[in-house]
Amino acid sequence: METLWYALLTCVFIAYVVLDGYDFGVGILSPFVARNETERRRLRAAIGPVWTGNEVWLIAGSALLFLAFPKAFAAGFSGFYLALMIMLWLLMGRGLAFELREHGEHELWRGFWDGIFFLANLLLAFVAGLLVGNLLRGVPLEADGYFFLAWWTDFRPGAQPGLLDWFTLLTGATMVALLTLHGGSFLTMKTRGALQARTEKAVQSTLLMLTPLLLTLVVAVPFVQPFFGRHYKAAPIGSVLPLLAAVALLSRRLTPVRRRPVVGFAASSLLVAALLAAAAWGTFPNLLIATTDQTHSLTSMTAAAERTGLEAGLWWVPAGLALVIVYQVWIHRLFSEPANSDASSLTPP
Amino acid sequence: MMDTALLYDRLQFAVTATFHYLFPQLTMGLALLLVYIRSRDLLSDGDHFHHVATFWTRIFALSFAFGVVTGIPLQFQFGTNWARFSEFAGGIVGQTLAMEGVFAFFLESSFLGLLLFGASRVSRGILWLATVLLFVGAWLSGYFILATNAWMQHPVAYRVTADGRLTVESLMGLLTNPWLHWQFAHNMTAAVATGAFVMAAVGALYLLSGRHRAHAETCLRTAVPAGALASVLLITPTGHESARQVFEFQPVKGAAFEGLFRTERGADLLLIGQPNMETMTIDNPLVVPSALSLLVYNDLYAKVKGLDAFPRQDWPDHIALLYYAYHIMAGLGTLLLAVMGSALIRLWRGTLFTARRLLWLLMLSAPLPYLATTAGWMTAELGRQPWLVYGLYRTEEGLSPLVHSGNALFTLLGFLGIYLALGLLFVLLLVETLRHGPTEPDVARGD
Repeated sequence: METLWYALLTCVFIAYVVLDGYDFGVGILSPFVARNETERRRLRAAIGPVWTGNEVWLIAGSALLFLAFPKAFAAGFSGFYLALMIMLWLLMGRGLAFELREHGEHELWRGFWDGIFFLANLLLAFVAGLLVGNLLRGVPLEADGYFFLAWWTDFRPGAQPGLLDWFTLLTGATMVALLTLHGGSFLTMKTRGALQARTEKAVQSTLLMLTPLLLTLVVAVPFVQPFFGRHYKAAPIGSVLPLLAAVALLSRRLTPVRRRPVVGFAASSLLVAALLAAAAWGTFPNLLIATTDQTHSLTSMTAAAERTGLEAGLWWVPAGLALVIVYQVWIHRLFSEPANSDASSLTPP
Repeated sequence: MMDTALLYDRLQFAVTATFHYLFPQLTMGLALLLVYIRSRDLLSDGDHFHHVATFWTRIFALSFAFGVVTGIPLQFQFGTNWARFSEFAGGIVGQTLAMEGVFAFFLESSFLGLLLFGASRVSRGILWLATVLLFVGAWLSGYFILATNAWMQHPVAYRVTADGRLTVESLMGLLTNPWLHWQFAHNMTAAVATGAFVMAAVGALYLLSGRHRAHAETCLRTAVPAGALASVLLITPTGHESARQVFEFQPVKGAAFEGLFRTERGADLLLIGQPNMETMTIDNPLVVPSALSLLVYNDLYAKVKGLDAFPRQDWPDHIALLYYAYHIMAGLGTLLLAVMGSALIRLWRGTLFTARRLLWLLMLSAPLPYLATTAGWMTAELGRQPWLVYGLYRTEEGLSPLVHSGNALFTLLGFLGIYLALGLLFVLLLVETLRHGPTEPDVARGD
């Protein structure tokens, strides 16, 4: 039961990163690929109909974590206090920049919000990577199961690390590159012509940066967190996940994107999902790994809610999420053709 | 003196929740009015209602965008600032909050995108359907959030586990909490009143300035009956029954917000007066004799318990503020009814559109339901103190153990700064949207 919830939550958080990840990526790429107002509006129109729906996966994910593993929710959210609060402010900046930009005509107004939009997306991707890095490296859990991370200590992933150390900086940078790639892959599906060509060029150079970052991570993770290799050794079937990520990376490199942009996007989605799943596999059954003392780690058993609550949740969570998937797929299909610059009705005509 | 971390954590939740609620309060009410307008559009020829709906969807979206970005911090704060409470009660509130995400928030977020970006791609039937789903999402969202709050006000359907935490005994019990019925009705009526007052104010503004006449008249025809009905329902039965419920389940809260320091038979209803916390009396009281006993127990001579009937440590910790919040809410509620009632009479007589003084009043009344609702929530939440879960778990027990006051103050100040900017921005954009106005039916769509 607890394992089932662990898997379900992993899926929900992966869904969040895959979906909102391309929104982040589009935001990061926007100043580099869009050369004029028409192109900027095309980028807006590409994510406009879906970004709010995508963001809810984060909210649903954190609420489901609350439901299933209240202890991990409490410890994790209070321990990552500073990073999460910054993330909240960035999410505000991202959402408002997107919606408010069109409320003014002046180029300074639009330029301002475009700048906020870019910065917020860049930092959001970085903070997301930072959090994944912190989860992989582990946190200094005390005996009562709580911790608090300062921004940094000595930038080394030891027993008393901060949010930032060389390893989490690396995961943060990797996430930025990964989501830029992912957002670019989404965009090549939604654009045509020069804009598409420019986007694909940016994607290919991002790939060149991403590959060495990922290779460094593969070497660094077992070194930083010895626990990580153990679950892979105990259950080698999980090795299929990093392999899948490698296949996805390769096929993204080789896809003739102009003819088959959907395949390119599928490959980058698979890459994001497989990497996160691989990280979760190495962490399982831990939700929070302790750097202080392995016995302080919060696992799917020690952090879980009572059986009755977990069982009650299974009555409605899968059905509810299935319904969400049905209508989100429908909406994505409705907007599946390349975006034109015909923006929202939020825009005064 | 309150421990500073506790003070900052409470202030931060109060600030973020109060600011957030200004937005859903409007969107939940507008959602209902929009369903009506889109239905009229489906049933009528021409584009008039379509333009009205497009304009109000734009205002809806503006408010919704602010609502979304300010809502996420609330759910996060359960974990970040109230970690011990989350650990204790996650088995219950995790359920209702997750339901809100899965069943409601997804629905409204997904279909708002469709409404905003799909207007030119899909038929009016689909737009109508999307609006209905938006309405369902918004109201379900309200339902699950209120179910969470209702449980904190009146815990039901829980069981204490071996390790001292709570787990849900029955989901149905959680969702049919007797406290929830009146709270939901009262709260949603207030949202409809807000939507109606805002819509009526915009209609009045356009009539007074001689612009967009047809649009303005449709706004008033829609908003005034809805607002008048909502204003009645706010007072009775929903407000009245909510107050009786307080006296039944939380008598100390009732005594505090009525300003009843001493237990009395035939207790008076206090209309105005300032609570004097030194002498435990009311300065400058203006009362309706025995009316409180009558209202609460249907009996002029019934005994109503005052604060003196309860141990001091169970008193809410800000009695004067609680008292004022309640009286502001009740006073403004009466005012809302007076304004909308007179507007409705003039609408019936067919003289509303030329009644300039009343239109001025309608236009200036738009902030009132916001103040009333904020005061109402302050009544509910200040009155819940000193408990986090009423009668079960005290507020000071719920804090995150390792988030110290310095970090809490850092984020509190951050929120204050950001929300000040956001509030100004919202007003600016609202004014801009109003200045721009709806598309006139005689002007072709687009440019």
